Amino acid sequence: MRVTNGPNESVVMVTTGDRTSETDLIDRLRNGDESAFTWLVDTYSPSLKRLALVFVSVDAVAEEVVQETWLAVLTGIGRFEGRSSLKTWLFKILTNRAKTRAVREKRTVRFSELGLEEEDGPAVSPERFLPSDHPSFPGHWSIPPHPWSGVAEQAVLRRETMEVLRRGLEKLPRLQRTVVTLRDVDGWPAHEVCAALELSEANQRVLLHRGRSRLRSILETYFAEDA
Amino acid sequence: MGDDTLREMACQELVEVITDYLEGTLPKSDRARFDAHLATCSGCREYVEQMRALIRLSGSLTAKSIEPETRDSLLRAFQRWRDSQTRL
Repeated sequence: MRVTNGPNESVVMVTTGDRTSETDLIDRLRNGDESAFTWLVDTYSPSLKRLALVFVSVDAVAEEVVQETWLAVLTGIGRFEGRSSLKTWLFKILTNRAKTRAVREKRTVRFSELGLEEEDGPAVSPERFLPSDHPSFPGHWSIPPHPWSGVAEQAVLRRETMEVLRRGLEKLPRLQRTVVTLRDVDGWPAHEVCAALELSEANQRVLLHRGRSRLRSILETYFAEDA
Repeated sequence: MGDDTLREMACQELVEVITDYLEGTLPKSDRARFDAHLATCSGCREYVEQMRALIRLSGSLTAKSIEPETRDSLLRAFQRWRDSQTRL
């Protein structure tokens, strides 16, 4: 066991999935290293809260669920055996607590209910394609995407564009928003999103597809107005 | 048989299978049709580029975290927990 000298002795740098540094992180947590705890809280709280909001509808309740999760981590870390990754364990605690709260809120959420019936539609409006009985080019673009040509690269530097994207994301149906955020903003691999949300891989992809397609179209409109 | 592998992918189909393509889950024959189509269609090349650009942009969004008050109270809880541990 490693003993640390103080809360700010070192900065914790771990990449998720790295078992050696994960063991180290768990040791430091058990030894009361505050920087290890702070790192975990800052790294995982955004995703935890997003995930909580899939189950409970009120922001403040989600916040409480996240808080309860971290407290449960503290009481449980001594017994944590590392059979799953710390991250998996963490999100399992969150999901269980969020579900309990949802029941208490009398708001049982079934994924089958809110998942795939969420707003269906084509990725791109059918009006932008030639009809399927077109003699030479059935289903081909009649109005192809307006080129962004580098616009998107400079866009990162522009707060307004990122705001358009953020608002677009907020407007997505709940599960689409959660999947797109965990995958593309937080950078989770598909299998972790499936596990956390109890989704099949196929359903996860459908949600990702719908969410991304919608966001692309929002940005296309924005860049076109901008041009 | 054979028809599906030879049938050219239409743009309208491509925009619906693009996520499977990017995720690497598109069946091999469809993947070949996808690539073949891309080679000849600038509109779809642009579309794929836009999707990739979107994913990059999303990756640079900063995640919204918990309220500072929640964070503070968690850190206080941690300190209390640590103190109770050392007393044991």
